[in-house]
Amino acid sequence: RLGSVRGVPGSSPPGRRARPWFPGISCTSAEAREELRRRLLGLIEDNRVMIFSKSYCPHSTRVKELFSSLGVEYNILELDQVDDGASVQEVLSEITNQITVPNVFVNKVHMGGCDRTFQAHQSGLLQKLLQKESAYDYDLIVIGGGSGGLACAQEAAILGKKVMVLDFVVPSPQGTSWGLGGTCVNVGCVPKKLMHQAALLGQALSDSRKFGWEYNQQAKHNWETMTEAIQNHIGSLNWSYRVSLREKAVAYVNSYGEFVEHHKIKATNRKGQETCYTAAKFVIATGERPRYLGIQGDKEYCITSDDLFSLPYCPGKTLVVGASYVALECAGFLAGIGLDVTVMVRSVLLRGFDQEMAEKVGSYMEQHGIKFLRKFIPVMVQQLEKGLPGKLKVVAKSTEGPETMEGVYNTVLLAIGRDSCTRKIGLEKIGVKINEKTGKIPVNDVEQTNVPYVYAVGDVLEGKLELTPVAIQAGKLLARRLFGDHLEKCDYINVPTTVFTPLEYGCCGLSEEKAIEVYKKENLEVYHTFFWPLEWTVAGRDNNTCYAKIICNKFNNNRVIGFHILGPNAGEVTQGFAVAMKCGLTKQLLDDTIGIHPTCGEVFTTLEITKSSGLDISQKGC
Amino acid sequence: MAAMAGRAAALRRSGARFRWRTRVAAGGVRGAAQNAAGRQDYDLLVIGGGSGGLACAKEGTRWGLGGTCVNVGCIPKKLMHQAALLGDRIRDAPHYGWEVPQQVPHDWRKMAEAVQNHVKSLNWGHRVQLQDRKVKYFNIKASFVNEHVVCGVTKGGKETLLSAEHIVIATGGRPRYPTNIEGALEHGITSDDIFWLKESPGKTLVVGASYVALECAGFLTGLSLDTTVMMRSIPLRGFDQQMSSLVTEHMASHGTQFLRGCTPSRVKKLPDGQLQVTWKDLASGREDMGTFDTVLWAIGRVPETRSLNLEKAGVNTNPNTHKILVDAQEATSVPHIYAIGDAAEGRPELTPTATMAGRLLAQRLCGQSSDLMDYDNVPTTVFTPLEYGCVGLSEEEAVARHGEEHVEVYHAFYKPLEFTVAERDSSQCYIKMVCLREPPQLVLGLHFLGPNAGEVTQGFALGIKCGASYTQVMRTVGIHPTCAEEVAKLRITKRSGLEPTVTGC
Repeated sequence: RLGSVRGVPGSSPPGRRARPWFPGISCTSAEAREELRRRLLGLIEDNRVMIFSKSYCPHSTRVKELFSSLGVEYNILELDQVDDGASVQEVLSEITNQITVPNVFVNKVHMGGCDRTFQAHQSGLLQKLLQKESAYDYDLIVIGGGSGGLACAQEAAILGKKVMVLDFVVPSPQGTSWGLGGTCVNVGCVPKKLMHQAALLGQALSDSRKFGWEYNQQAKHNWETMTEAIQNHIGSLNWSYRVSLREKAVAYVNSYGEFVEHHKIKATNRKGQETCYTAAKFVIATGERPRYLGIQGDKEYCITSDDLFSLPYCPGKTLVVGASYVALECAGFLAGIGLDVTVMVRSVLLRGFDQEMAEKVGSYMEQHGIKFLRKFIPVMVQQLEKGLPGKLKVVAKSTEGPETMEGVYNTVLLAIGRDSCTRKIGLEKIGVKINEKTGKIPVNDVEQTNVPYVYAVGDVLEGKLELTPVAIQAGKLLARRLFGDHLEKCDYINVPTTVFTPLEYGCCGLSEEKAIEVYKKENLEVYHTFFWPLEWTVAGRDNNTCYAKIICNKFNNNRVIGFHILGPNAGEVTQGFAVAMKCGLTKQLLDDTIGIHPTCGEVFTTLEITKSSGLDISQKGC
Repeated sequence: MAAMAGRAAALRRSGARFRWRTRVAAGGVRGAAQNAAGRQDYDLLVIGGGSGGLACAKEGTRWGLGGTCVNVGCIPKKLMHQAALLGDRIRDAPHYGWEVPQQVPHDWRKMAEAVQNHVKSLNWGHRVQLQDRKVKYFNIKASFVNEHVVCGVTKGGKETLLSAEHIVIATGGRPRYPTNIEGALEHGITSDDIFWLKESPGKTLVVGASYVALECAGFLTGLSLDTTVMMRSIPLRGFDQQMSSLVTEHMASHGTQFLRGCTPSRVKKLPDGQLQVTWKDLASGREDMGTFDTVLWAIGRVPETRSLNLEKAGVNTNPNTHKILVDAQEATSVPHIYAIGDAAEGRPELTPTATMAGRLLAQRLCGQSSDLMDYDNVPTTVFTPLEYGCVGLSEEEAVARHGEEHVEVYHAFYKPLEFTVAERDSSQCYIKMVCLREPPQLVLGLHFLGPNAGEVTQGFALGIKCGASYTQVMRTVGIHPTCAEEVAKLRITKRSGLEPTVTGC
């Protein structure tokens, strides 16, 4: 494990700051060595003057004194003060052909040792190199103006850097495109939650009669009114993003970015005009777009979540293909506003989530009128009638046998997954590696790609969570590490999330399956119960439907390692528990905390029945 | 409104070698007379008609028989609050594409019947539960004969004596009527009545500034009734005052009328049945008058201790409040007599607090544990139209304890996503986190004003209990889009003087 960079106390020129060294790397494997190399290149890249030295070496001291006397900021890595100094020295010699210290870099140029540095000083070369301020147009160019990209760009600008954002929405096959802000704002969380709210209001309307509100006719829903209101809100958000970028002096260019050579990107606007920009650093935050099936008729006739939220007409009878959270959320709110909805599922619901919870989410939807076709995949989509909406015939086949089936729908919504937008941005030109299969970009724990000056945040990352707040956090922290004095890394552990299905599902930490895989079943205790929200009682809604579950590690003080709730306002409930889990929540602490009465959240303070006991958890009807 | 439900059940020592003989008396006790050998009849006797007492004897069941919470407190209150919220939703619905009539009338009778039916079903459920637990429930009025013996009187006037080793008083409190206002008792009602009214209360004057007053005024306004709150001084005494004034500001902007700095002096019934209320403006000394259909007193609660003959047992009370003085063990001045819930001096009047205090007391009495009740960091939520959830210290209290220079307050005005399309005003949606100033900035208190505040606050209460610092809260990733995520995004300190309004994502 490597230590941190230490300046020599007392000899540091004012304002010089120490950078962290990178923890957690063992330099034995080839992979680790590659990682070390990348980090060293990063240090060389990041610092105007970078000195690799040893604290006791008199030559190193002379070099430091030289830079101090010139009033130049420099950064040092003392090889004798880090655990893995020998490996660093080896890798440095591979890079520079120089085995000794000091090993000096000025503006990314390898200067050499002590003598060479002093010679350069005498010849004026050193001053020339130092004067050569950034040769790039920008300190940072962010490709992609979504949650992560904007957060990173704005934070870098706040830290005084010259920043550009390139954002360009390639229209969907149906021709839908949108403004600045990325998926979350335009075709993700925001419109999704608002349509979910519309559906919840439908439920509230029917509840309200039980609570004494009087009106006769069954409320009808108008798709156009809803969509227009939601699109207006999104429009105001797009606008506020532009204003915010302008206020922070971030250059926003509505063009498609593509790397053409190292540090250089080509931006193509809607009219096809090309401009090139250079930058010292790049952040890839291009996100993902919905995947298509690759069957006959899919791109011609099917829509995706990219199209749904701004669809100018009511989708009518809808087939949702897929079982991702996008699929279930869309199916949920479409049914909630009164449409006939069918979900076609190839295998499991909500892959990656706790499967007991996922099945409960599905069965609630099923009980509330959504049809599920399990173990089928579409093979062909055919247009029967044009119109808004038209009529489509879908042919599907069983995943288990030769059986096929046909159905007629007004709309077919594909929600089978998303693909990273990484294959058409020139990454190969500068050698940024992607996972060829998934298109995702592997990064280290500081979001750095294999090309040291290129970073990535958000949904394009391999093995990270695809969530807006995660991207924002990662983007912001990345900017602070690159340009500020911060060391904090994005923590991808215990990230809470909520699926906004008709009955919301909030969770934090591990699923039961994952917990068993990691800790073994016998080391876990699972506490669970059904609960009946007070508001549901008078409304006459289902008892024994809302469900709470925590997973505790018996051999670590019953620490809570998984938190799951299925019920109204699950998102609001889960957030605070996520904070508690960050602070080491245990079962005992849950028991010791007073509930807020009457809420759903309080159910977690009175959990008594373990799953292993097999006791009945149903709530007795009154 | 805390209700102490006396919960009696067989408390067992581990290994069940020894079975506690427990009795619960809702308002009293019936039992056998003291036996000849001078041994006490019971190990534990609980006197309590509320929810707190019951918790003392039985571990596991949370709610006992009725009590304030179930009958005239949290449960009907939250349901009527929900009815009012549904009124808001009906108004939101057209923005989201639902075609509903402009003016939807509300039928009090229908709501009240539904709410009351639910409460009755809960009463029944509790009775069944007690039977399941082999606990007998007696409806008798109790008073002390001496420090070990209690006399119970049934409705029929039959007396029984009961003795016990340990006695727990959990008699709760009842709403207070003013004593010096003409017509107050004859013509006014309290929260004990409002939830059981068969007919709409009509134009209502709510007197008081307690959370009971504001909650009732809130849902009455929400049910389209003309509602006025008359308060003598500040709203929500004991709560954070900045939050409290935002609560009333929100209510005022949503139709509740406020008469501040006023006290009623007379209530007179007019020939048409309306009530004419005369009040005095304390600042100007001027008298004013108004007519209402209903006058609701919500000026505080008095403990039900006076009929207990506590002096015969030697139990001390506060002469002003009549509440029973207790120590950290919940013990009164007589070591084997305990008091929990609203009847005890200085305890928060909250159901779950009483329940947990009862449970922990029972565990201590039977030697299962020595844990004391932690009265700090009790989370609670005021179900006003815009809900106010809090846990830990108010800003005032934090400053008083630690000094202003050691307290950092992070705050934000935010806009719930759902409000945008509904074009609802979010001027009072506000979050405040009170922290110690020294890193890592331990969280002392959290205050949340907005929809679903109760749900939001519960988890954070756990966090604070776990010793969360500002740094840890900031490291927690938000759940998007929720209101709760705004807590994890608090960046602006009050000290900085920067604009605390959240813009964009």
